[in-house]
Amino acid sequence: MSALHIKRGATSHSAYNLRPTFSDVEERHTLAVLVENEPGVLARVIGLFSGRGYNIESLTVAEVDHTGHLSRITIVTVGTPQVIEQIKAQLGRIVPVHEVHDLTVEGASVERELAMLKVVGTGDKRVEALRLADIFRASVVDSTLSSFVFEITGAPDKIDAFADLMRPLGLSEIARTGVAALLRGD
Amino acid sequence: MKREMTGAKMVVQALRDQGVDTVFGYPGGAVLPIYDEVFQQNDIRHILVRHEQGAVHAAEGYARSTGRPGVVLVTSGPGATNAVTGLTDALMDSIPIVVLSGQVPTFMIGSDAFQEADTVGITRPCTKHNWLVKDTDRLPVVIHEAFHVATAGRPGPVLIDIPKDVQFATGTYSGPKAMQTHYQPAVKGDAQEITELVAAMEKARRPIFYTGGGVINSGPAASQLLRELVDATGFPITSTLMGLGAYPASGENWLGMLGMHGLYEANMAMHDCDLMIAIGARFDDRITGRIDAFSPKSRKAHIDIDPSSINKVVKTDIPIVGDVAHVLEDMLKIWKARGRKTEAEAVRKWQDQIGVWRKTNCLNYRNTDKTIQPQYALQRLEALTRERDRYVCTEVGQHQMWAAQFMGFEEPNRWMTSGGLGTMGYGFPASIGVQVAHPDALVINVAGDASWLMNMQEMGTAAQYRLPVKQFILNNERLGMVRQWQELLHGSRYSHSWSESLPDFVKLAEAFGARGILCTDPAQLDDAIREMIEHDGPVILDCVVEKHANCFPMIPSGKAHNEMLLGEAKTEGAIEAGGAVLV
Ligand SMILES: Cc1cc2nc3c(=O)[nH]c(=O)nc-3n(C[C@H](O)[C@H](O)[C@H](O)COP(=O)(O)OP(=O)(O)OC[C@H]3O[C@@H](n4cnc5c(N)ncnc54)[C@H](O)[C@@H]3O)c2cc1C
Ligand SMILES: Cc1ncc(C[n+]2csc(CCOP(=O)(O)OP(=O)(O)O)c2C)c(N)n1
Repeated sequence: MSALHIKRGATSHSAYNLRPTFSDVEERHTLAVLVENEPGVLARVIGLFSGRGYNIESLTVAEVDHTGHLSRITIVTVGTPQVIEQIKAQLGRIVPVHEVHDLTVEGASVERELAMLKVVGTGDKRVEALRLADIFRASVVDSTLSSFVFEITGAPDKIDAFADLMRPLGLSEIARTGVAALLRGD
Repeated sequence: MKREMTGAKMVVQALRDQGVDTVFGYPGGAVLPIYDEVFQQNDIRHILVRHEQGAVHAAEGYARSTGRPGVVLVTSGPGATNAVTGLTDALMDSIPIVVLSGQVPTFMIGSDAFQEADTVGITRPCTKHNWLVKDTDRLPVVIHEAFHVATAGRPGPVLIDIPKDVQFATGTYSGPKAMQTHYQPAVKGDAQEITELVAAMEKARRPIFYTGGGVINSGPAASQLLRELVDATGFPITSTLMGLGAYPASGENWLGMLGMHGLYEANMAMHDCDLMIAIGARFDDRITGRIDAFSPKSRKAHIDIDPSSINKVVKTDIPIVGDVAHVLEDMLKIWKARGRKTEAEAVRKWQDQIGVWRKTNCLNYRNTDKTIQPQYALQRLEALTRERDRYVCTEVGQHQMWAAQFMGFEEPNRWMTSGGLGTMGYGFPASIGVQVAHPDALVINVAGDASWLMNMQEMGTAAQYRLPVKQFILNNERLGMVRQWQELLHGSRYSHSWSESLPDFVKLAEAFGARGILCTDPAQLDDAIREMIEHDGPVILDCVVEKHANCFPMIPSGKAHNEMLLGEAKTEGAIEAGGAVLV
């Protein structure tokens, strides 16, 4: 009888994790994927990520060309360089995908996200929330005597920072759109 | 050409316009209008299978043996779900298949209607692409696009889901020329990369061609060019399971199959080479073994039409995205223009070294005159059939590996096997598809007893259409490959890996009006094989073989190429912890 010394947890991973990657350093990449706006296309993209064990940090999608029936999907993902290359190649195989752009390597890009935050509180906390919102250029889109809804746009880390500050001040709900991104310049 | 007709008529017309001569299918409520059209015409032959999985595998056999897409017609719900294994098989092995499935009428979709299934949802991950057609005018356009997608670039299966009301409704038919698609994978490789590869070939001292199913996919011209290139350079060549036949087994530079159950000389040459030229092969884990020990000293060039195959598993130094035939043509042109240079002396020494490895005689086995050894059975089958117009299919298991080791393929498209998914039950229906495409050829399915039972209902199909397929069952009364792994990995605890209550295969054949032959004696084997070949009709040859034979050579999971097991030596514990989690 040969004893098996399998590392704990080794079998709970997919075979992909058993492969040594070319570099272990994980990178964050923002991909812009131009797709034909046909039924199921988002399911194909999401199914690719879940089926192959890739990460999705954020995903946004909307039609950007009504006459051409094209939608733009912006995906923020994290992985080793090899995995990022695979993700791009795999996206490129999907038949209704027209273009795949890696905004992280194709040049400087701008990333923006919109968030709405509901902050519930009264007294000093309420005043402080309003003051901080002003510093972050967040605007008030709804208010009651005991709550605000702030709207903020910016890079995701700016929104993270704002949310962190609002938490002790009564942050009760947050809705984020996910990242939209474009290359700078022409 | 624009014409008004029903959706069901459009289906038949579109198939006709795509040059389809055969459809494998099984009817049901949601495809009755299409079946009604099939009934009223004679251009397209419909083969009624006995299970939809069989239809897809038959279409795979048809496709692989002809180079044309295989076509399948199934009903909604269970018809479509039964096709899923075949679709996944075709996806893994890059086989072009077009499946047409019926669906409940559009106005009932989503209501859990009778025999409703979310077919496009279920088959999304196991097709190259799929469509639900809700508008009759779109139907012909989608069908033409489907044929294009299935065959262009890296081939694969596609599915078109057609609600019943769309089949009944009338619309305007449009021919194949009306198809518009942005899907146009590049076929020509980058000239600079090709030149870099040619330069590497000129300097290589220990080169090897590592070829795969992509050469077959690329068509006969690719095999022709490959032969020219190999013979002109004198470089040794090995192939994956999927690429057998692209280069002839009788060719001077042929090393045999590589990989887990490949030949010692092929694997050693891969391990020690200084230039590896991968052509239409995808560095499957059955090939690479332990990745960090995979051919550590070589530069690697990779020609593949699918960019995702490149750098997926192994880092490539010279990546070339393109179709095999196109790239090989350019390679040859450039190599010739630069003066046909190779390091001939070094390559000769390299061939000598390979000759030393070859002397290991790694396929050696102990023959007996009491029981039929499975290897012997395949050697005899090979000897008695190789001169014929022969096509070989297999099921999955030890017999499949032995067939790959002991049979020689001289031409592409003559070897049909389930490599990527390893689907037991593939071979029998595949042999039916091959025979339908090549009515006069000798079509043999090398099977294991367990695999064969998985789609044995197709005896009905073989009998009905008088398809003289030869079922060569290596009967070891075991799930042999599983038993082998249990011996190596699980202390010979043979958990559920034997075939209890096997049928009497001779009677089973006779029950379907076919010929059954039993052979248990090595001395009678040749006669049995001859009888199988000569009989004009389907045959089951129940070839009772040694029950405990193991398939060698074998690279245990998680080991390097140069750590092959060559024989019955010490095998227990050969797979270590790291390898044990691998399949
Ligand atoms: C029990 C069992 C044991 C096995 N043991 C072995 C073994 O020992 N050795 C072995 O080799 N296999 C073995 N296999 C098979 C193995 O699992 C894989 O299926 C096989 O190795 C893959 O072959 P391939 O690399 O040729 O790729 P395929 O699956 O044939 O893929 C073809 C590749 O070529 C590319 N391609 C397609 N068309 C073109 C074109 N026109 N131009 C350029 N590129 C193209 C594709 O993108 C893809 O990358 C075994 C299978 C089973 C079931
Ligand atoms: C559908 C399916 N189920 C299970 C397996 C796992 N499996 C691989 S080989 C094998 C045994 C095959 O036995 P048999 O067909 O008798 O062939 P042998 O190995 O004995 O030659 C099994 C169960 C598989 N490949 N396919």
